Amino acid sequence: MTDNDRYYVEGPLPETPNPEAPADPWGETRVIGKPLPRVDAYERVSGTAVFPFDVTLPDMLHAAILRSPHAHAIVTRVDTSAAEKMPGVRAVITGATPGCDIPWYGGRGGSLSKLFDPHCRYEGEEIAAVAAETPYQAWDAVRAITVEYDVQPFSVVEAEALKQEAPAVHQGAHRAGKPGVYQRGDVAKGFAEADVVLEQTYATACEIHAPMETHGSVVRWDGNKVTIWESTQGVFAIQSAAAQTLRLPLANVRVIGHYMGGGFGSKLGLTKQTVIAALLARRTARPVRMFVTREESFTSQGNRPPASMTLKAGVKKDGTLTALDMKIVSTGGAYATGSGGVDFQIRDLYLCPNVRTETNDAYINAGPQRAFRAPGHPQGNWALEQMLDALAAEIAMDPVDLRAKNVPAISQARNNNPYTSTGLKDCLVEGAKAFGWKDARARAKSTGPIRRGVGVAAGMWQGGGGSPPSTVIVKLFADGSANLNMGASDNGCGTKTWMAMIVAEELGLPLDRIQVEHADTATTQFATPSGGSKTVPTESPAGRAAALEVKRQVVELAAEQLKVAADELTLQDGAIVSTKDPAKKLALAQVTGLQRRGVIVGVGTRGPNPEGKAINPWAVHFAEVEVNIRTGEVRLLRYLAAHDSGRVMNRLTYENQVIGGITMGVGLALTEARILDRARTGKMVNANFHDYMIPTMMDVPADQAVVAIDPHDTTCNTTGAKGIGEPATIPAASAIANAIHNAIGVRITESPIDPAAILRALNRPATKRS
Amino acid sequence: MAKEHEQPDASVVSRRGFMQTVGASALGAATLGTAEAKQAPAPATPEEMAPLTFTVNGRRHRILVEPRWSLAYVIRDRLQLTGTKVGCDRGECGACTVLIDGKPRYACLTLAVEADGADVTTIEGLMKGEELGPVQQAFAEKDAFQCGFCTPGQVVAAEGLLRATPGASVEQIRHGMSGNLCRCGAYAHIVQAVARAAELRKG
Repeated sequence: MTDNDRYYVEGPLPETPNPEAPADPWGETRVIGKPLPRVDAYERVSGTAVFPFDVTLPDMLHAAILRSPHAHAIVTRVDTSAAEKMPGVRAVITGATPGCDIPWYGGRGGSLSKLFDPHCRYEGEEIAAVAAETPYQAWDAVRAITVEYDVQPFSVVEAEALKQEAPAVHQGAHRAGKPGVYQRGDVAKGFAEADVVLEQTYATACEIHAPMETHGSVVRWDGNKVTIWESTQGVFAIQSAAAQTLRLPLANVRVIGHYMGGGFGSKLGLTKQTVIAALLARRTARPVRMFVTREESFTSQGNRPPASMTLKAGVKKDGTLTALDMKIVSTGGAYATGSGGVDFQIRDLYLCPNVRTETNDAYINAGPQRAFRAPGHPQGNWALEQMLDALAAEIAMDPVDLRAKNVPAISQARNNNPYTSTGLKDCLVEGAKAFGWKDARARAKSTGPIRRGVGVAAGMWQGGGGSPPSTVIVKLFADGSANLNMGASDNGCGTKTWMAMIVAEELGLPLDRIQVEHADTATTQFATPSGGSKTVPTESPAGRAAALEVKRQVVELAAEQLKVAADELTLQDGAIVSTKDPAKKLALAQVTGLQRRGVIVGVGTRGPNPEGKAINPWAVHFAEVEVNIRTGEVRLLRYLAAHDSGRVMNRLTYENQVIGGITMGVGLALTEARILDRARTGKMVNANFHDYMIPTMMDVPADQAVVAIDPHDTTCNTTGAKGIGEPATIPAASAIANAIHNAIGVRITESPIDPAAILRALNRPATKRS
Repeated sequence: MAKEHEQPDASVVSRRGFMQTVGASALGAATLGTAEAKQAPAPATPEEMAPLTFTVNGRRHRILVEPRWSLAYVIRDRLQLTGTKVGCDRGECGACTVLIDGKPRYACLTLAVEADGADVTTIEGLMKGEELGPVQQAFAEKDAFQCGFCTPGQVVAAEGLLRATPGASVEQIRHGMSGNLCRCGAYAHIVQAVARAAELRKG
């Protein structure tokens, strides 16, 4: 991961003050947990939601970027003179333009590159940019820029790229960072104790985030102030990086991100195109809109790195795991490492005393990775969970039982700290029951061209516990309506909705009396980016604290007025009522203290996490498939996902997160792979939705069920909630792979398992599909 | 494609010429800026702009357009109806879906001049004043979206599907909606929403 796309704070956590009166855990809730439509559903279905992509300002120009068409080349000459004279063109910038020589890709004691680096280390590196009156004119001008390239030998296969004889991406550096080694116990001893030892190499292909709204922003300068409307998961992260890059005080940089069309980790940090838009805006003294095309988003806006994972595992006949040893080769492209997170589940998903992992990262001539929904985790899970299935078969144990046998209560990778809760066992047991696992497994045996199979996979996410800092403000107005103010982005996960539900829960207000203001560095409170499945566990306790502070104040005012003790008052249906005497009641609008003041303001902050505890969400997925062994086609018949993500805030948006995670797993398992031309050019040959296939409605089962396991975690934080976004996708591809193995009896270890891969595995000639 | 459009002015670049321009812009970064890239045909000057008369959401517009402008560009940038989204600009994702004479069409792959004389409906046109239309209502109720960026295209595609097949079965819905990508993966809810919309439309 680069500095550019963190959604967490490294090192000691800066903690905002602990709320004075820690909130008691929720018992029965009135609003929280219900399946409620979103508070911003109207805007999102009516077309009135203004995404950054839609922001249109008076006198706005449109920008386009000239990018390297080569995987590896040195730019020897750029001639922009023809482009500058073209109709509608207002500015053309290159690395030679004053003020545009800006260092980029920081970390490891300096920068590795520049905003416009003449050494282009991947297809899609920025060379020049244009601002023009229309996007058509901007692209005309980009095409009119003449560039001379000294094309270099390229390196795009990570295992090859580690070798000294491979073309170097950076001078003298084939390897990105040092090999990382994790070790506990003694794996040799563990393998000696095992009854069965298996070793297998697994591989996952490189995936592209491909959010439906591409990456970009609209930027306006006003004197020494800049305003950025950015499609981002975190406005404050953009603000701090932009302020540093543009050398402005934080207060002079305003970033607004009210809606955003998906990010999945690729919109956590400041990007080159936003800086380019800012430079063009300053140069032209006009607002500039700069969104990348779909093709550019494939080559230059991040990816889930490919991983090759050799896993050796030992198990006793009774199902006890004795040792796990994994060697990983990955690449984060031209400027980053790619193995982050891959080995976490090897270390921590199951009880195992002897574990060793080794990570190796190569630089290759391809676009840099960015955090992608549970960085590393679906990759490592693909290896571990297929291995668990193979071990279960060897010792003739049910795969669900083998997993249940090795459920941990402590985090072995983190000082043996106990988990605040682990619903892994319940997910296995309750999930298997709801899926009808035993019956489905027995039924799966089939002959003929259509083979049926079922598969299971478990998973955990390294994050998902949340942490400080976060500040949220709730304002109660004189008529009993409220406003919630938070800095967090709503990526589409329903953040605004469940935050409003918290206010509704604590203040007894209907949802439509609550408005949410969010994701604006000038007007809302500081928040870290929405990512890492930490938005619920980070923001919800702060929101709850703010609502409780409003409640404390308004109850105090009402108690004076009603002449009763504050502790006998409760809020419901927009009124304050005595629990002892229901006749003693005041509508919020009748609280004279509130009327006089006009508003009650409650500030809530996120308290620290419990010390010496590990907080993680857990998942177990079950899939049933049909495989046509004549054509190699896979049909997903049904799917069930059991999750422990703590308390469910909104059952409807929770389920939506889970089915979205399943869908993304279907892509990893069956259809998605970045294909680089290894032989001739090093270029990506499928940088479009036709050739890079994300799942469509036809690819996912209509029958998807979600089982929510709530372990009633009262120690993780004051709402008992853990994250769901990431765990929802971690085991999905593995469950499908295991189901395919169950159906055809052959193990396919590389993603994607497309029809050709199945026919190859079955030793059948590929048949042409009509 | 909506329908054959008669060239308004013979001096305007040829149909083949502007198709090349559109094709080249769609190819994007892979070929741009290469020394070997072919010179694109010169853009139309303002004098060469073509008149376009069409109806959008019941309102008649008469504007001048460059022959190469897509319908999506004209709707979003010239008419400022930004409800319609562009996700790929090459007819692969469906975010730009609009109804042309009642049928769902990709506005990014339709040249604006092809819509001459057409009746276009966008997501904004499915509202009844400030009230949501039945498909929009069903999408909200069933939470048939996450980020919402593909949603206008999904809603318009569903409207087109239900106009042609009011009682669409689940299989017909899955097939009919498969031209609209949703990266958030809300498909299971979208199926439910379209089925619910079919009920609401019956009234």
